[in-house]
Amino acid sequence: MSGPSLMDSLFQRTLEDLIKGLRQQLIGEQAFISKALEEIRKEIKSTDLSTKSTALLKLCYLSNLHFHDMSFAAFHALEVLSSPRFSHKKIAYHAISLSFHDSTPVLLLITNHLRKDLTSTNEFEVSLSLQCLSRIANVDLARDLTPEVFTLLSSNKLYVRKRAVAVVLRVFEKYPDSVRVCFKRLVENLENYDPQILSAVVGVFSELACKDPRSYLPLAPEFYKILVDSKSNWISIKVLKIFAKLAPLEPRLANRVVEPICDLMRKTGAKSLLFECVRTVVTSFSEYESAVRLAVGKIREFMVDEDPNLKYLGLHALSIVASKHLWVVSENKEVVIKSLSDPDPNIKIESLRLVMAMVSEHNVAEISKVLVNYALKSDPLFCNEILGSILSTCSRNVYEIIVDFDWYVSLLGEMSRIPHCQMGEEIENQLVDIGLRVKDVRLELVRVARDLLIDPALLGNSFLHRVLSAAAWVSGEYVEFSRNPLELMEALLQPRTSLLPPSIMAIYIQSAFKVLVFCLHTCFVRGGSTAGVSASASYESFDDLSVENGAGSTVAHGQTCTSAPITNESIVNLLKLVELALSPLLGSHDVEVQERARNLLGFVDLIKLEALNSSGQEENDSEQKGVEATKIIRLVHDAFSKELGPVSLSAQGKVPVPDGLTLNENLGDLETICSDIELPSSNTFSFGYPFEEKDVSSFSNLQIKEDSGQSNESTSLLAEHRKRHGLYYLPSGKSEVISNDYPPANDPALQGDNNDTASDLVKLTAESLVPKRKPNHSKPRPVVVKLDEADEKPVAVKHPESRDDSLSGAVRDILFGSEDILPTSSRSNLPSSNRKGKEKQHMITQVESKENVVGDGNSSSRRRKDHSHGKERRHRKKNAEERNETDRKEKESSSNHPRRQKSRQRAEEPLKVPPQTSVIPDFLL
Amino acid sequence: MGIRFILMVNKQGQTRLAQYYEWLTLEERRALEGEIVRKCLARNEQQCSFVEHRNYKIVYRRYASLFFLVGVDNDENELAILEFIHLLVETMDRHFGNVCELDIMFHLEKAHFMLEEMVMNGSIVETSKANILSPIQLMDKAS
Repeated sequence: MSGPSLMDSLFQRTLEDLIKGLRQQLIGEQAFISKALEEIRKEIKSTDLSTKSTALLKLCYLSNLHFHDMSFAAFHALEVLSSPRFSHKKIAYHAISLSFHDSTPVLLLITNHLRKDLTSTNEFEVSLSLQCLSRIANVDLARDLTPEVFTLLSSNKLYVRKRAVAVVLRVFEKYPDSVRVCFKRLVENLENYDPQILSAVVGVFSELACKDPRSYLPLAPEFYKILVDSKSNWISIKVLKIFAKLAPLEPRLANRVVEPICDLMRKTGAKSLLFECVRTVVTSFSEYESAVRLAVGKIREFMVDEDPNLKYLGLHALSIVASKHLWVVSENKEVVIKSLSDPDPNIKIESLRLVMAMVSEHNVAEISKVLVNYALKSDPLFCNEILGSILSTCSRNVYEIIVDFDWYVSLLGEMSRIPHCQMGEEIENQLVDIGLRVKDVRLELVRVARDLLIDPALLGNSFLHRVLSAAAWVSGEYVEFSRNPLELMEALLQPRTSLLPPSIMAIYIQSAFKVLVFCLHTCFVRGGSTAGVSASASYESFDDLSVENGAGSTVAHGQTCTSAPITNESIVNLLKLVELALSPLLGSHDVEVQERARNLLGFVDLIKLEALNSSGQEENDSEQKGVEATKIIRLVHDAFSKELGPVSLSAQGKVPVPDGLTLNENLGDLETICSDIELPSSNTFSFGYPFEEKDVSSFSNLQIKEDSGQSNESTSLLAEHRKRHGLYYLPSGKSEVISNDYPPANDPALQGDNNDTASDLVKLTAESLVPKRKPNHSKPRPVVVKLDEADEKPVAVKHPESRDDSLSGAVRDILFGSEDILPTSSRSNLPSSNRKGKEKQHMITQVESKENVVGDGNSSSRRRKDHSHGKERRHRKKNAEERNETDRKEKESSSNHPRRQKSRQRAEEPLKVPPQTSVIPDFLL
Repeated sequence: MGIRFILMVNKQGQTRLAQYYEWLTLEERRALEGEIVRKCLARNEQQCSFVEHRNYKIVYRRYASLFFLVGVDNDENELAILEFIHLLVETMDRHFGNVCELDIMFHLEKAHFMLEEMVMNGSIVETSKANILSPIQLMDKAS
């Protein structure tokens, strides 16, 4: 040993020095650590193993607690591992299990070290290497060390055997073929009465059974024995976990096991075991009424306990029951509701989930009311949790549980006013979505929207902006339901709208446009005002365009607009208001806002003349202009009143390509079409009309023309806006006016309904929650427009895919025994016996077809044979090794590439998998 | 795999021991520990000891200035894990005699060995204090 290294080791800082230094350092933690790391890098290169191992230990410390990379020391750790001294070895194993992983380059160099230590006579060396293997084993290590682990599985030192059992799990996982070697010995350990071994082996099986329960059904008798005899709660819990997985697969087993579990539940004093019993019953024995009753009793005790842990678990267990026995939740609803105001947010969320599980179409109104009250009182986080779950529950499967949409829409409005509400986006989507889907609710929707818009305070809350944008859109789109469009207009143009972000501002302006057009239309085109004559005159001129529309809307307008008659004077004021509010926006930095403001002002310019004229004088010379302006109004109004319905995502594909349309034709043609249209539209509107009802392509071409086609432009803007709302729309085939669809008779009914809900609220504040109440709706559920596939995203219950991996395949082979029992033909097929099916479908059919071939007797006798085999270990071991040998040979002969071979085997596995259902004859229990 | 990791964290949020049963990179570990510490240390005595995090559960318990946090799969028995934590503390208590944060700091590798006696591969293999400690003491003698 050379001088410097001796010096190094003499003055080396120990781990303790390092920790002390770290606590007292004055130069800053990071600086100190990097200095220490420098030392370590030097020391670890030392040839003296003590110095090296101390350096490694320090490195482990820094890596574990201060997140410093120690991968550079991988090789040094191996060097320390080869030290003859146990204390060095211990440190090396510690370092390796902390830092090695599958992609560590020197991983394979460790194989021989491990093999040496696994066969060592020092049980601590064996234990350390087993421990290490359980952390770092990869495919190669698992394969190469399987024989050693197999030997240790029957070691007569309990300490070693226990650890070997625990390692098996990792080895199986990485190298499924090891199952054929080790599995029987693992099963033998199940019959061991030493609690140390038993707890290890039960732990392994509970993990294995989690992944593929079916394979372990034949071991049910052993598990049953453990369950009945076990004195240790730890073991009982693990066995219960196994049965929770096995019982659903085999009803006879469930019958047998349910009673002992209930016994355990009654007798045990340990809460952990009690809870495991409860959970096992509610997850896997839910059809055993009495067991469930017993479990529910225990759950209730948990829920009313002072201990928040038990309360949480009680609620958790209840939510498991809820999926199958809803009555249990309703029975305990008081406790659940009370837990909503628990100091612990986790408990609150758990109880919220339960409350939402109780929601049905009968009680959704009541529950929502209660929850909204809770939301008002609770902290922002939980408040939004509540609102989010109300929104998602109510909108599930296209508002499946909502009967009274008027109520729901007003609830949405109410929810958005809750101070902490941050669910603006979701509420926005739902408001627009409902408006589109449910025609009958539009009146109420517009009322709610108006209430939101008109409140200047809401504009200051940035979380609400999304809601307001929906409200603006709704009130523009369905303005004909508005009681007072003038008031709406004022709301849309109020000064505080400057607080809105530009994108929403643009929606406001667009809605104001629609409202304005509607007012003008009511006043001039159809209203009994001075423009009446010219309006009716103009009517005739484009009668062919929209007779039905006009007639329909007249009726509706007559109904809805009585409260606020629109006079010329108010129109003049309105126009002034628009000009006043929007002129500053012409200089807006946002293009959308600017463009839309310009649109609207341009329109006002066109109209203003007539409005002023008709209010001032009614001369003949103005008549000509009046007709012009009326035409414009008429035109724009028609453009706005086309109803756009929701369109399914796949609708585009369903449209047949019209005759004569060749999509691949030169696009240059479009230009000529454009110029054709441009010319007339810039002159007079009567010419511009054709594109109102003609092809869509000309529409889109005109989008950019600002002056010419107001209507076109706004239509395209509108379309754009709708796109932003996340739904895809196309104009519906026939242009029908919305107001057509609203039966006027509904109005009184609606009033009645409102009163009803009002009285409900009173009742609800007194009593809490009454699920299963009779619906109190005075009118039938309105039609909700649904589209075929696009909307059908029902909350699918996901079945966990039964994971069939090569591991379980191998396990089945061992347990159901294909080699020894089956006739010689199968013997020759041996390699194929662990072949595995990737396509489950395939596999299942195979299994079923095999069912007849291998019967009950076969497998059970097979099992007994196994046991007798188990007595003579030596013999068996030899057997196993031989088999392994032949396996290997066959592999080698069939293919040089083991991986490829394995995957091929997997592909053919199903051929050999015997039936499972018939496996457990009753007598075994 | 039952137990995914075991952490000991002091009141200041400094990790005092970290044992993972699945491989995580240093960055993943740092992020995970940060999130967990933020989530769990903010909770008070009246709140339950279970926190859902990502796709698993954290069962934690506080002893004096030290938090013991165990990350487990969702179907693991929470109460059993609490008992396990208590067992761990009792075991360390017996070994160190009234264990405190400093004991664990200065004997980190020993604490790791104790854990290794109790947990292998993410499942609990030993629950008897005597069985856990005797190999530790023998190994101490051997080295």
